Amino acid sequence: MFRSNIPTSEITPKEVYLSRRDFMKAAAVTAAGALLAACAPRASGSDAPAPAVELTDTLTPLEDVTSYNNYYEFSGDKQAVGPLARNFHPRPWDVEVGGLVNNPKTYAVEDLLAKFPQEERVYRLRCVEAWSMVIPWTGFPLAKLLAEAQPASAARYVRFVSVLRPEEMPGQKSPFYQWPYQEGLRLDEAMNDLTLLATGLYGESLPNQNGAPIRLVVPWKYGFKSIKGIVKIELTDSQPETLWNTASPSEYGFYSNVNPNVPHPRWSQASERRIGEFARRPTLMFNGYEKEVAYLYEGMDLKLNY
Amino acid sequence: MKRYTPLQILVHVAAWFPLARLVFEAFTGGLTANPIQHIEQRTGRAALTLLILALAVTPLNSLFGWSEPIKRRRALGLYAFMYAVIHVTAFADLDYGLAWGLVVQTIFEKPYILLGAASFLLLIPLAITSFDVWQARLKKRWKRLHMLIYLIAPMVILHYAWGKKGDFFRLSGDVTLPLAYAAAYLALMALRLPALRRAAASLRGRARHRLLKRRAIP
Repeated sequence: MFRSNIPTSEITPKEVYLSRRDFMKAAAVTAAGALLAACAPRASGSDAPAPAVELTDTLTPLEDVTSYNNYYEFSGDKQAVGPLARNFHPRPWDVEVGGLVNNPKTYAVEDLLAKFPQEERVYRLRCVEAWSMVIPWTGFPLAKLLAEAQPASAARYVRFVSVLRPEEMPGQKSPFYQWPYQEGLRLDEAMNDLTLLATGLYGESLPNQNGAPIRLVVPWKYGFKSIKGIVKIELTDSQPETLWNTASPSEYGFYSNVNPNVPHPRWSQASERRIGEFARRPTLMFNGYEKEVAYLYEGMDLKLNY
Repeated sequence: MKRYTPLQILVHVAAWFPLARLVFEAFTGGLTANPIQHIEQRTGRAALTLLILALAVTPLNSLFGWSEPIKRRRALGLYAFMYAVIHVTAFADLDYGLAWGLVVQTIFEKPYILLGAASFLLLIPLAITSFDVWQARLKKRWKRLHMLIYLIAPMVILHYAWGKKGDFFRLSGDVTLPLAYAAAYLALMALRLPALRRAAASLRGRARHRLLKRRAIP
């Protein structure tokens, strides 16, 4: 089901999903797997009106999602990103998929939208700065694109590269970062069903300040892993460099899983402030997606592999 | 009636501006999606800016012979302290809900917060003794006590730099603004070097001499 053209007005109003919240709380008592179900993608193709929220958390208002952005390519000032991003051109846009794959290919972003059914996924987003949001994304699992590319047997990691356009992205003129932004995942992390290539949020195409036209969303990792404005996806046999890890290796590990038990040297990771809420709330292991992703790290010391 | 000088008006208006702006934003929904962090960051930066301006007073006098800022230095310092108080209050109260156990734990877990807390503690005696009574009472020791500001300012800059993403000491990441403050601090310290001061004084002397000579000709 292609869902990128839903007007905001058709999104379930807050009162409705709030009452659904209560319903789901009740349902959770009987269904032990409620959380799992809540986080799972909605089956596409259903004729029933699609619920906008399947997570028991309240959605962060669209205005906050689009006016409070960490996108250092534009600015280090979260509020400045939105206005600066108005000059950015998300079309035409190509995404190159290559490296250790049997079927390397460059896709126009329209082709990706047409080729892979767009799903709505409501995910928590936990920033390493100890704030969090709940965002209804539209997109498709990265796994589907990787399956199409057919990873070679030597492929172990996926490297992502962002667009480099200093003339449109003034933050890229700063000499203190290694532009372009890069990120990486282990191949099995990339293949996990939660890992999403997002092309929209709140039923509309992705705003520039949120990483238009296509970005990664890895909900169990700190937000900076979810690279924006992707132009290149490359499979590699060695662990790729990542921008923040290069900038400050002791603070930003390759894995960067949300983990309340591993303190960041400068921010408490035990608690977070949900945008729109006053009191801090405890941070959950893997941002609450433990059931879905804990298997990826079995036997690993997450204090060492932070 | 007492007359206010333009500099005096400027100092007071400018010093209240960051707070007025926050209040304005509070009423117009401009405190961002993360208001507590916004208040913490804004007040922290205001305090640091005012500290740096207070440090600019001496060179303005010694190099340019402009002495009026000396009269405004106390106001600059006290306003800096005011913003520091709001900053710390926002941190302990708004951010951590006065859960002192958590506040203390956070202070000791995070070096940059420890540094900020230490800077704040050091500022307190300076604020208390900033009044004439204390200046008269402490005499020479007053000046020595207030030299603490040379230490506090770089501590605050480091606190700020460490609060940003990246690695300040390797100049990678979000370092532009902290670097600007550090440069301002270093420049203001350099301008205090006796050699520079003497050179400036002799330049000024010569300029005055020339001026007098020119006036004497007709």
